[in-house]
Amino acid sequence: MRVDENVTTGGDNYYAAAKKNYPAAVSGRLRTIKWSVLIITLGIYYFLPFIRWDRGPDAPGQAVLIDMAGRKAYFFGVEIWPQEVYYLTGLLVLASIALFLMNAVAGRIWCGYLCPQTVWTDLFFAVERWIEGDRRDRILMDRAPMSAGKFMRKSAKHVIWLLIAVGTGGAWVLYFGDAPTIVKDVFTGNAAPIVYIWIGILTFTTYSLAGFMREQVCLYMCPWPRIQAALTDEWALNVTYRTDRGEPRKSVRIGERAKAAGEAVGDCIDCKACVQVCPTGVDIREGLQLGCIQCGLCIDACDTVMHKVGREPGLIGYDTDMNIARRSEGKPPIYRIVRPRTVLYAALIVLIGGFMIYTLANRAFQGVSVLHDRNPLYVNLSDGGTRNGYTVRLINKRPHERHFALTVSGLPEGFTLEAQGVAAASGKPVVEVAADTTRELRVLVMVPNGIVLPASTPIEFYIVDTDNGEKASTSDFFKTAAPN
Amino acid sequence: MAHEEIDKVTGVATTGHEWDGIKELNNPLPRWWLWVFYACIVFAIGYAFVYPAVPLVSSYSKGLLGHSQRASALAETQAGQAARAEVGKGLANASLDQIKNDPKMLEFAMAQGRAAFGDNCAPCHGSGATGSKGYPNLQDDDWLWGGTLTDIEHTITVGVRSTSPDTRMNDMPRFGEDGLLDAKQIRNVAGFVLSLSGSSVKGADVEAGKQIFAENCTSCHGEDAKGSHELGAPNLTDKVWLYGGDEASVINTITHAHRGVMPTWGGKLDPVTIKSLAIYVHDLGGGT
Ligand code: SF4
Ligand code: SF4
Repeated sequence: MRVDENVTTGGDNYYAAAKKNYPAAVSGRLRTIKWSVLIITLGIYYFLPFIRWDRGPDAPGQAVLIDMAGRKAYFFGVEIWPQEVYYLTGLLVLASIALFLMNAVAGRIWCGYLCPQTVWTDLFFAVERWIEGDRRDRILMDRAPMSAGKFMRKSAKHVIWLLIAVGTGGAWVLYFGDAPTIVKDVFTGNAAPIVYIWIGILTFTTYSLAGFMREQVCLYMCPWPRIQAALTDEWALNVTYRTDRGEPRKSVRIGERAKAAGEAVGDCIDCKACVQVCPTGVDIREGLQLGCIQCGLCIDACDTVMHKVGREPGLIGYDTDMNIARRSEGKPPIYRIVRPRTVLYAALIVLIGGFMIYTLANRAFQGVSVLHDRNPLYVNLSDGGTRNGYTVRLINKRPHERHFALTVSGLPEGFTLEAQGVAAASGKPVVEVAADTTRELRVLVMVPNGIVLPASTPIEFYIVDTDNGEKASTSDFFKTAAPN
Repeated sequence: MAHEEIDKVTGVATTGHEWDGIKELNNPLPRWWLWVFYACIVFAIGYAFVYPAVPLVSSYSKGLLGHSQRASALAETQAGQAARAEVGKGLANASLDQIKNDPKMLEFAMAQGRAAFGDNCAPCHGSGATGSKGYPNLQDDDWLWGGTLTDIEHTITVGVRSTSPDTRMNDMPRFGEDGLLDAKQIRNVAGFVLSLSGSSVKGADVEAGKQIFAENCTSCHGEDAKGSHELGAPNLTDKVWLYGGDEASVINTITHAHRGVMPTWGGKLDPVTIKSLAIYVHDLGGGT
């Protein structure tokens, strides 16, 4: 079944073939920014796992690492334990507010510059252009029958795409283990199956999403465009075709004739350069639309055209519909980046980020948690005393072994505390906890005969580092048979 | 399609449906989407052949792979058992003290002991090992036959007054039932016994009771009434009472005597499980 490229037909067709885009190369200010963002973000992605960070002999020496087996995450000097996973929540909250802020300032700027789909697609386009040539060459080549040359070029493109895709998946797994070791193991065939599986999955997704699906990911698969479009407001700068200046569009020649005849002529020469460079195949002159990812490439394209025909640049630019209306009414445009919404977002980012840094800086390096035996709650001893059993977990977050003295407060004189399997020094058990680990102990607390306690007495467990006095505590209860 | 109306603005055909003047455009799905849909159908058909899927009258289609959740669960259980057997071998050759001092073996023994306790011991001693009247509390520090690791292991292996030829065995005479003591004497000796742990019996002559105790009870419970682990005789001076520490209970015990039975587990449970049980029970509250 042949489907015409320019007509979407309903009727008997159950599907519409995607119209293939052939975005043309473009250069200019925003293209340069996009290249820089691409190099910086991919550079970080590929090289971050190789940065080393000394944490002592027992801890991994990788600056950024998610250690699934050890259940810890490392980010330079920061070490996150599973119970501190709320930092991840904090990061996600920060990320969404940052997205709101970007939206309030410049619409879907995330989509156009920072989104991984955009970045990798851009890279794949660059490879395609390098091998198959620019828009015209590619269109002609795709129409031409298969030849040795065409086959060679197509194959070369797919090989390079696949290499990039493998690299993408390859870099991903480096964040979950020692990067140099993984690299060696992957090439020598010694890596764990899960490593190859993940490389395979990400190779497939990168190759298919960035190589074939491209703008369709943004149009059909991604939920962000819907959300982001809903977040933007009348003050947000969006890539805008300034209709007030461009219309009525007329080619240079017709425009000159019209001007001579005293008719109105806009600056747009209808060259369609803006449409040809658009990676999502959008005509920005139809106004802001779902398909536009705000990459700004049409701005660069149009500016080049304007320069050639000797007109002012900026026929397409970051602007607002409100300003177009104002200019048509003869009023000056207004740009307001600082306004309640942006200030609020920025303040929230500073506040939440500050709070996270504060808690990280003041985080305790030891902890204790206690679980009271439930069955039985207490044991009557032969001398008439009462014993309670607890499971105590001591946490040492420092990269060296530490000793904690364990005590209980809240009970009258005469009670004894015994940590099973631990020697006591001057009445207190001193528990050794290895570097960066937790240790679980069974602890028995005994109150001798003669001390009458209520059915439940609140008590406090303390651990104190015998070297530097750092402490942690947690509360629990001491249970007895209710006195009658 | 008989009638095809093309929408002027979009150039797309309409479906012909109309609601309040609004017409639905007949925009087709993207092709890749449709392919994914077809691929899912093909996958589902293949899946139905490869895995069990179709319910039949008395059974179900088994699938080409013969896969069954039950079989894979069983295989996993077997793999688990094999893995446990490895560590279990280590336990078999180690002494109780060695196990207690090796964190790895200890962890394994504790887990296995906890499970075995729940399966075999909890019906009498309770899931928390606190026992009940007539069934010793294993959480406290009072032990009839001794509370060391070896004592506990031995008691579990041979049982108490059980069918094993090696069983732990010692019977208290039925002082009242068999006419060895009369009611007044029993009352007096009960008074004496309870006075040792600070309670009393109304109308009992403690001095006379002491005399009776010296003549009848010291052979098992000792001169000081502190009992004996060798004979399984309870310590009568402490505050833990297996059959109750009130006047009526003590008199009842002396009159009729109690002969609690614990089964012998040697032969029913393998030695490694018994070791684990001993470790677990010892860890509940210690004991000597
Ligand atoms: S219309 Fe312009 S800004 Fe929008 S996606 Fe296309 S080239 Fe990028
Ligand atoms: S590139 Fe500029 S001049 Fe050319 S069609 Fe687009 S808006 Fe008009």
